[in-house]
Amino acid sequence: MTTPTLGKDLIGLEGLSADQLRLILDTAEPFKEVSERAIKKVPALRGKTIVNLFFEPSTRTRISFEFAEKRLSADTVNVASSGSSVSKGETLVDTARNLEAMRIDMVVIRHPSSGAAQFLGDRIGSNVINAGDGKHEHPTQGLLDLLTLRDRFGRIEGLKVAICGDVLHSRVARSNIWGLLKLGAEVALCGPATLIPRELVEVGVQIIPRIDDAIAWADALNVLRLQLERMQAGFIPSLREYNRVFGVTKERLDRAGKEIVILHPGPMNRGVEIDSDVADGPYSVILPQVTNGVAIRMAVLYLLAGGAPEWQAI
Amino acid sequence: MPSVTRLLDDSAMASVLERMAGEVVEKSGGTRGLVLVGIQRRGVELAGRLAGLIGKATGATISLGKLDITLYRDDLSTIGQRPRVGETSLPDSIEGRTVVVVDDVLYTGRTIRAALDELADFGRPRRILLCVLVDRGGRELPIQADVVGERVATVGDDRVDVAVWELDGRDGVDLVRGAPL
Repeated sequence: MTTPTLGKDLIGLEGLSADQLRLILDTAEPFKEVSERAIKKVPALRGKTIVNLFFEPSTRTRISFEFAEKRLSADTVNVASSGSSVSKGETLVDTARNLEAMRIDMVVIRHPSSGAAQFLGDRIGSNVINAGDGKHEHPTQGLLDLLTLRDRFGRIEGLKVAICGDVLHSRVARSNIWGLLKLGAEVALCGPATLIPRELVEVGVQIIPRIDDAIAWADALNVLRLQLERMQAGFIPSLREYNRVFGVTKERLDRAGKEIVILHPGPMNRGVEIDSDVADGPYSVILPQVTNGVAIRMAVLYLLAGGAPEWQAI
Repeated sequence: MPSVTRLLDDSAMASVLERMAGEVVEKSGGTRGLVLVGIQRRGVELAGRLAGLIGKATGATISLGKLDITLYRDDLSTIGQRPRVGETSLPDSIEGRTVVVVDDVLYTGRTIRAALDELADFGRPRRILLCVLVDRGGRELPIQADVVGERVATVGDDRVDVAVWELDGRDGVDLVRGAPL
């Protein structure tokens, strides 16, 4: 029996097979239990050194990775772009090579440029995990969304998932699209035409222009954050208008009169893309997503730390 | 061609388990506070069988747990491919209780070393006993079993295959010689 393996790096879900995705999701299951123990720590990555290299602000993802690393007994160092030599103009490769010279094993990188994780992975021997690169991918977020959906529905295949809002700027959307399609779900995008890249239709998603139609169609909505910091101007008329036309509100869900699962990758703009009574309501799996995030990251770290991709009998 | 010697057939295995169940109760000093913890994979099924037999003999309900020791293996940093991790679930507390670790085959002792380390992360049992269906010798660590179903002398590339009907559709233990690794 050959079991699928992951390569050296985790850059995105686009490059993974359905078997590899299932391997990660299945591996995450036992790691959920580790976080419920009184002593939340196993020695699997003892002696491994992991650098969390964050060139963009992040709370949830950084803390989630750090918990995952510590619960596997790895030693971790956090490097943020402000307060490091990056602010003195050091290049990404020089930063990484210097870290490697200190004998590290893995790098978790968050970077504003699409392709940064791949660029780094191609140039250093350590394992590289993409924690979000520009508008490209955020694979561990995509994976934790898949795990949360699988927990809720018992399957991914055949599910109808609508990704709503600012798809244009969203690496979360791209990772979700790849992961969901590979595992056999149907994917629709819903949002203002200025924020929905039409070329994504070519990979097999459909576009549903009206949010009420998306709610009627979908088993689950993944509501994206409106990334105000990445928008210069002109994408939407105003936040109030956005909420009125595309906001996921209790009234809209009530009108649809059906059960629907609501995901949001956080941080939320309450009252813009999602209303508080939906985010905190009975259909929301937003906090289970956060819990699953730690288990998924433990699974990815554990699987990649094997290093050598060749198959070996246990 | 590998040669296969049947060490226990289903009826022999049934009587061995019966005897082991008695010895577990005897060495644990009764069933009070007793927890049987099976090591993934086949230790889980064997622990379930022993708990059933002890329950039938004593009328007590025996707590069960399962332990996957993968994350505590001492060779994780040297083997390439990551082994699959199975489920671990223990009773709410093992503090102060008598824990009987159940496994199918005792060989190098490294699995049991890992199991002891993992159990220590869940609490401090009053005692830990080791119960195995087959002791095949070949220890690499100073670990011995308290209750043994069957002892067999083996050499390095022998394989001891334990079958349980829950997973394999039959009960039995085979010694396989000269099988390709």
